[in-house]
Amino acid sequence: MKRRHLLATAALGLGLAFGGAAAAQDKTKACFVYVGPIGDLGWSYQHHQGLLAVQEAYGDKVETAYQESVPEGADAERVLTQMALSGCDIIFTTSFGYMDATNAVAKKFPNVKFEHATGFKREAPNVSIYNARFYEGRAIQGHIAGKMTKTNKIGYIGSFPIPEVIMGINAYYLHAKKVNPAVELTVVWAMTWFDPAKEADAAKAMIEQGVDVIASHTDSTAPLAEAAKTGGKVIGFGQASDMAEYKPSPRVTSIIDNWAPYYVKRVGQVMDGTWESIDSWEGIASGEVELGEITDAVPADVKAEAEAMRDAIAAGTYHPFTGPINKQDGSVWLAEGATAPDGDLLGMGFYVEGITGDIPK
Amino acid sequence: MGWIVLKLEKRPSPSVFWSRATPVLAVALTMVAGGLMFAILGKNPFEAIRTIFWDPLFGEFAWYLRGQLLVKAGPLVLIAIGLSLGFRAGIWNIGAEGQYIMGAICGAAVGLAAYPTESRLIFPAMVIAGALGGWAWAMIPAILKTRFNTNEILVSLMLVYVAQTVLAMASTGFLRNPEGAGFPGSRNFSGYPAAANPELIAGSGLHWGGVAALAAVVAAYVLLQRHILGFQIKLSGQAPRAARFAGVSPQKLTVLCMGIAGALAGLAGLFEVTGPAGQISIDFNVGYGFTAIIVAFLGRLNPVGILLAGLLMALTYIGGEMAATNLGLPSAAIQAFQGMLLFFLLACDLLTNYRVRPVFKEAR
Amino acid sequence: MFGGIDPGLLIASLMVASVPILFAAVGELVVEKAGVLNLGVEGMMIMGAVTGFITAVQTGSPALGFAGGALGGAVLSLLFAVLTQVMQANQVASGLALTLFGLGLSSLLGQGLFGIKPPLTPDVPFGPLADIPFIGTVLFSHDPLVYLSVLAVAGVWAVLSFTRAGLVLRAVGESHDAAHALGYKVRRIRVLAILFGGAMAGLGGAYVSLVRVPQWTDGITAGAGWIALAIVVFASWKPWRALLGAWLFGGITVLQLNLQAAGSRIPVEYLSMSPYLITILVLVIMSSGRGRAALSAPASLGQNFHAAR
Repeated sequence: MKRRHLLATAALGLGLAFGGAAAAQDKTKACFVYVGPIGDLGWSYQHHQGLLAVQEAYGDKVETAYQESVPEGADAERVLTQMALSGCDIIFTTSFGYMDATNAVAKKFPNVKFEHATGFKREAPNVSIYNARFYEGRAIQGHIAGKMTKTNKIGYIGSFPIPEVIMGINAYYLHAKKVNPAVELTVVWAMTWFDPAKEADAAKAMIEQGVDVIASHTDSTAPLAEAAKTGGKVIGFGQASDMAEYKPSPRVTSIIDNWAPYYVKRVGQVMDGTWESIDSWEGIASGEVELGEITDAVPADVKAEAEAMRDAIAAGTYHPFTGPINKQDGSVWLAEGATAPDGDLLGMGFYVEGITGDIPK
Repeated sequence: MGWIVLKLEKRPSPSVFWSRATPVLAVALTMVAGGLMFAILGKNPFEAIRTIFWDPLFGEFAWYLRGQLLVKAGPLVLIAIGLSLGFRAGIWNIGAEGQYIMGAICGAAVGLAAYPTESRLIFPAMVIAGALGGWAWAMIPAILKTRFNTNEILVSLMLVYVAQTVLAMASTGFLRNPEGAGFPGSRNFSGYPAAANPELIAGSGLHWGGVAALAAVVAAYVLLQRHILGFQIKLSGQAPRAARFAGVSPQKLTVLCMGIAGALAGLAGLFEVTGPAGQISIDFNVGYGFTAIIVAFLGRLNPVGILLAGLLMALTYIGGEMAATNLGLPSAAIQAFQGMLLFFLLACDLLTNYRVRPVFKEAR
Repeated sequence: MFGGIDPGLLIASLMVASVPILFAAVGELVVEKAGVLNLGVEGMMIMGAVTGFITAVQTGSPALGFAGGALGGAVLSLLFAVLTQVMQANQVASGLALTLFGLGLSSLLGQGLFGIKPPLTPDVPFGPLADIPFIGTVLFSHDPLVYLSVLAVAGVWAVLSFTRAGLVLRAVGESHDAAHALGYKVRRIRVLAILFGGAMAGLGGAYVSLVRVPQWTDGITAGAGWIALAIVVFASWKPWRALLGAWLFGGITVLQLNLQAAGSRIPVEYLSMSPYLITILVLVIMSSGRGRAALSAPASLGQNFHAAR
């Protein structure tokens, strides 16, 4: 009774008191907050695969917990607080919208490590941010698209007009254009994170407009299923997960979100006490962005080029955004030989030159 | 030979005893059925039930979670009170979610326009703008109904989707944080004291939204018990023809009830965006407007009942979260469990309004 | 503005896009005609989506899959029937609770179904008919469920308008007391209507998981049940107008995506609002000037019936 009263008066201000309790445990506890259900087969599902990898890597030495379908905002703050209170040593918050909640809760629990995905704020020394350079995979898809399109029309299904998506569109277009100057890009915005039926309609609309390579930034297999109905005329890519069930065509390759290497590394660092606040943005090189098998539906020379590009990106000898690149309005963004600063990419709000149409505002 | 059948007999007036006892009975039945489901899923049913119902109130971290009950129940109660007036009068506003969004956007817009001015007037101005935003959004179905006979269920529901698109536009466009490095979402109000809606007492979870919800409960109670308008609302729902003879204008009542519901939903949105949520973002709305419909009926459209129903719903949300995190229950199991609780609450209501009598039937 | 959009393909796509909401709407229409308001359409659809998917994958037969979907939806609706017809529970709240329960239960049932492709539902073979320009595309290039959805509308219309069963059903929805006095079993009729509504919603859900998207993920119906509810209101409880409403809504959704794909200059945010706004607008036009046309809701809608003796 006394203890409860004491805690109540201390409210959340004295996070130190709870940090001690957490450290007293022998197991390291890694907790994860997901924005969708793990059955979404996309974003949250892939993060959960990372949790399973952590469990597998450390076995008995680690305890994991997670919470699905946590809305951003007030609910996230409560879930994070509950997790910190219940003894989590490191908490991964896996959606951009958790940014402010993560930082707010982190300030109250200085002994708990927080890892926020895809944001940019680190307001406390116990907050790290991490992201994956998905645009590297988009560049390779663009290359394949530019080489393989017969109609010279390629498509991209976007969710919402946020930098992450715009970055992907630009990388895709630039590399298609590089190998096929006649290529035209069609972007359709679904304006939803999740509506598989609408994704199917969007893919269908593009196919009816003559598009024969479809990339999508939404996570369902609906676009691939639509492509499959054309009997090999239209190809697409797996997104978030491998979507191997559509091999060898229409799915000719895929971008797999692979968070496992990062999660295993960071939890390990908590265990041996070497964890530090970092800003991590890894890509193909460290395995966070994984390129799924390129199938035989892709001609051998194109496949070889794509793999060479993948290896060059992994080796750090090639950056997908290397100048000269102009913005859509014709103004210079990157001069000859310059590579894009990360800040420009993370806040990207413009199309590159050659893409028609406007970004919704 | 013969057999016994159970026969329902309508009570002349609802039983006071059973109206108090049925929720307890329903919760007990839910514990049994839910426990069975948890056991099938391979979890300890007793631990799961305790985590959901007991821990948020009396467990180790109850000092924190009790406050969170208010955070969660506040918007539900506030919206449900507004909706209940319309439901009583037979006006079907099921688009409170959209009104909630528009209230938040309008209120936030006023605050963000004033940024970074510090003035005591800013927050009150935002509150008014929030209420007006929700009110205006509710006026669309109200006026279409009174002027063109357009069904309000359809219009209010469709406008939820429109409001969601406006919300996406606001987050990525006109309300986007200019210092947010191009990311979607507005400024966070916690960094702008003049426009923020923080906890009134640290750690209590109570912010102005909770206060407004309590005030709405009291006001609705007084309105329904003492005011002529409350009488007109009740009469229109029970006997529309009689109401018309009594001089109640259905048009006026529609506009009034929809307006109150919209304004309260808008207020809920404003208090949420400035307080617990902190900012306008694409996923700002989390379904309070729809859950509030359940809360309204669970509370039997009665202000005090709505308050209790809102707190009970909040408890299942928070306890459910605890169970999911601590016991590894899928969030889908929690959803199903909430559904069960509602089923039992609704089914047990039978005992309030009916007498169940065994009747002996002769075999023929 | 319509540059580059093939009207034949557009009409063919909208017919496919509307199938789930059309099935669910026609089912709900019958339920509401019987005087019952079941807001649990979304829950029944997603149950149909998951049970249909499981059945189709297990048996390898799409036809059995659709039957399984219908059964799944009907079983869930039975819960609603017990609550509202036996336990006299409030219909609005029971329906919403049904949606909550259905979403949760479907996700529990669907665990472990990830990454599976269901058996393909083949198109009806019309042979050379499908090659006729325009008409072939619009009329003769669909899977059986597209035709079945239109047949369901026709069937419901015929039964409601011309048969004794339809008359009794409408009587129950208009005045359950009078129907009871005439000796009809009000509750039995309503339970049957609810089961029919559940089966149709389940069929619509199964169409999403077996044809439209062909996969199972949590929440796959993504709110289609709510649109179906709105379509019933839009239709003023008339079957053919439900078809019109579903096609209008589906058509504008497909059209706005086509406009985007065709590079239209209309801002995307307005395009993505357009299905909702235009549905409202059309309803306003249809319901104004017709006096009481909009008030054609069944008179006993949403009210529970209890026989005094």
